[in-house]
Amino acid sequence: MITPSHYLILSAALFVIGIIGVMVRRNIIIILMSIELILNAVNINLVAFSAQLQNTVGQVFALFVISVAAAEAAVGLGIILAFYRNKETINIDEMNLMRW
Amino acid sequence: MDYIWLIPLLPGVGAAVNGLVGIRFFSKRVTALVACLTMGLALALSIAAFAQLLALPSESRVHDVVVARWITGLPLATSHGIGSFEVPWTFRLDPLSAMMILVVTGIGFLIHVYSTSYMDGESRGGYARYFSYLNLFCFFMLTLVLGGNFLVLFVGWEGVGLCSYLLIGYWYQKKSASDAGKKAFIVNRIGDFGFLLGVFLAFFTFGTLDLRAIAQMVSAMPVESTGFGVLSLIGVLLFVGACGKSAQIPLYVWLPDAMEGPTPVSALIHAATMVTAGVYMVGRNAVLFSHAPMAMQVVAIVGVLTALMAASIGLVQNDIKRVLAYSTVSQLGYMFLAMGVGAFAAGAFHLMTHAFFKALLFLCSGAVIHGMAGEQDMRRMGGLKRYLPITYTTMLIGTLAIAGIPPLAGFFSKDEILFRSFLSSRVLWAVAAVTALMTAFYMFRLMSLTFFGPYRGPAWEAAAHHGSDSSGHGVDDHHAQASHGHGAWHGPHEAPRAMTLVLVVLAVGTVVAGFVGVPPALSGGNRIEHFLEPSFTAHAPAAGPAAGLHVTAPGDAGALAADPAGSAAHGAEISSAAAGQHGEEEGEAAMSRAGELGLMGLSVLIGVIGIWIAYRFYVRRPEIAERLAERWSTPHRWLTNKYYVDELYGATFVRGTVKGADGLWAFDRQVVDGAVNGSGWFTIFSSWVSHLIDKYIVDGLVNLVGSVLHEGSFVFRRMQTGLIQNYALLMLFGIFACLSVYLLVR
Repeated sequence: MITPSHYLILSAALFVIGIIGVMVRRNIIIILMSIELILNAVNINLVAFSAQLQNTVGQVFALFVISVAAAEAAVGLGIILAFYRNKETINIDEMNLMRW
Repeated sequence: MDYIWLIPLLPGVGAAVNGLVGIRFFSKRVTALVACLTMGLALALSIAAFAQLLALPSESRVHDVVVARWITGLPLATSHGIGSFEVPWTFRLDPLSAMMILVVTGIGFLIHVYSTSYMDGESRGGYARYFSYLNLFCFFMLTLVLGGNFLVLFVGWEGVGLCSYLLIGYWYQKKSASDAGKKAFIVNRIGDFGFLLGVFLAFFTFGTLDLRAIAQMVSAMPVESTGFGVLSLIGVLLFVGACGKSAQIPLYVWLPDAMEGPTPVSALIHAATMVTAGVYMVGRNAVLFSHAPMAMQVVAIVGVLTALMAASIGLVQNDIKRVLAYSTVSQLGYMFLAMGVGAFAAGAFHLMTHAFFKALLFLCSGAVIHGMAGEQDMRRMGGLKRYLPITYTTMLIGTLAIAGIPPLAGFFSKDEILFRSFLSSRVLWAVAAVTALMTAFYMFRLMSLTFFGPYRGPAWEAAAHHGSDSSGHGVDDHHAQASHGHGAWHGPHEAPRAMTLVLVVLAVGTVVAGFVGVPPALSGGNRIEHFLEPSFTAHAPAAGPAAGLHVTAPGDAGALAADPAGSAAHGAEISSAAAGQHGEEEGEAAMSRAGELGLMGLSVLIGVIGIWIAYRFYVRRPEIAERLAERWSTPHRWLTNKYYVDELYGATFVRGTVKGADGLWAFDRQVVDGAVNGSGWFTIFSSWVSHLIDKYIVDGLVNLVGSVLHEGSFVFRRMQTGLIQNYALLMLFGIFACLSVYLLVR
């Protein structure tokens, strides 16, 4: 039997994997993908609790998250493209223009 | 007689035309024509006015013409409270001013004519400038004598001073001439200061400046016989002004130097007219002076001392014009003596005759200087009788007149003064008689050195241009160069016709002018005295009873202070026409007719003695004079150096002024500038201190804050790595920390 705990554990695992990806990877595209993992971890939570509580608001919210994530991916990839054209790299360590 | 305002205006128009237009456009002939024509017209008008005045009965011989209102009703303090300072531009024709305008326009016209020839050597512009000044002078002089109140009189008074300055300094390129002009002007200003104070005091006392109104008010006042009151003060102050203008001690020093001007100017301004303005002014205020015996005494003593001193200086001068200048000073002293002893008419009479013969003498000296190509030193003349016959004859007439030989003009007027001063004080008479002796002597010395004896001047060819003024007396040098620059000098020669004609006219005037004042002792009517008398009185019938006082002699100036009653009577007599005449007649009656004739004979004798001595010293045996000069070398040196008065004034007043100015300058530099500079230095110092405080304390604090923050920021800014992952990691740790605290501590 799959209980909400299982869903929570899955989503927490996905979230932590996403966070670690964002924290430690140097490739910006990987970081974007990690952010997608984080968002989807949230979606699993929302859908799981929507089914559990018999309330469709959670599912609607998940749909919003997916669409926002799509937009975010588009914008993020645009920025990365522009960055790459300037710096000829996608290493995030090179993105330190705002340091002291 | 409403046209009398035209008399001064005509020369004024001439001056304006010549000065503004002529100086640029007119030829010499036109300039001379304009100048002489305006003066001639003024003369004609003066004669007409005089004739009309003469036709009136003697009590009503006053005519006022108010030309403009001028100053209207200013409130001003007087001794009676707030008065109204109201001065109309009044011209007043009365016997005295009628005589004066005749003298001024008559002599003025003749001298204009003379000048047309004398100044011919000047450049065209200089010629127009000269005539413009000369006309302007006549304008102011006529304003002076016609002025009906003190202020109009003062306008003329200052104006003639200005013209005198301009004409003395006519050859302004010459330093001595411009210096002499300045000297004349400054010395005159000193006198004017006193005169103005007198006018102020007169207004404060009487509340008006009208001369006749003042005379009437004065005649209602008591005579200041016992003390020195306000009338005496006014009189003395006015006399200070007269001293400046008429060259009396102590302000006479400018007149001899004024001879730097052209000779016709010396004749017109510094002999015949302007210098007599002071005498005229005292005569004009006769009523006031006769109410102030102390002031009269001052006038008489100063006059007689000036006469004596100037005559004594004249004895040894070698410059022909300087002798005449000192003679003028001396004769002016005579006039003041007459005024001072109350013989106003006699003084005015002498003024007139002196104008004739002194103008004649000056113009003759001008002719001599002209003939000698600018030479003025009499030691380099001699024997000129042969070369300048007309000048010689006319000058001899003038000399005899001034020496007091009858029947020439000088005899009658001078004798009248001597007679009246004899009645007043024996001492004054004695001094005046000695002066008369000196006058006869120095005038004949002048004649002898110039016209008699051998010729001592430079040879014809040698004296082509500068003459020989190495002696330092070639005052008219500039003129000589100008007028004789066109060719070599051909020896002494007679003056051109325009000049000799004027000399002859003046000589005739000198002969006949005296006959208007033949004294009763010579069975004459002394008409001029009766004609002038109304001008010296106030027409105050209230003073009539004073005529009843039986006084034997009209006041002894010396005895006035001692005898108040007598002087009171004296003043009262002068103050009314009837009384004055009455007293005079009584005086003459007291002095027997034989006595008067004796005095007259004595004065003629004095003149003859003076002439004889001079003739003997300088023609017969010239060595006597030199021997005397050697024997009496100290007095001779004092006389030659004019008693060192110029040096005295130079050492005291001039040097004192310069030293005072130096002192003030030093004060200015040390104290005033020191204070200014000190405050400047103090400001600089305090700003330096303030600057230090600002720099090291205020700025130090500000910089301290800045540098502390700056140094501190080195530690913290290292955190700004710019790497997003670092920030995210920090946020993560922060969240963990917060959660840990939340979970564990709860």
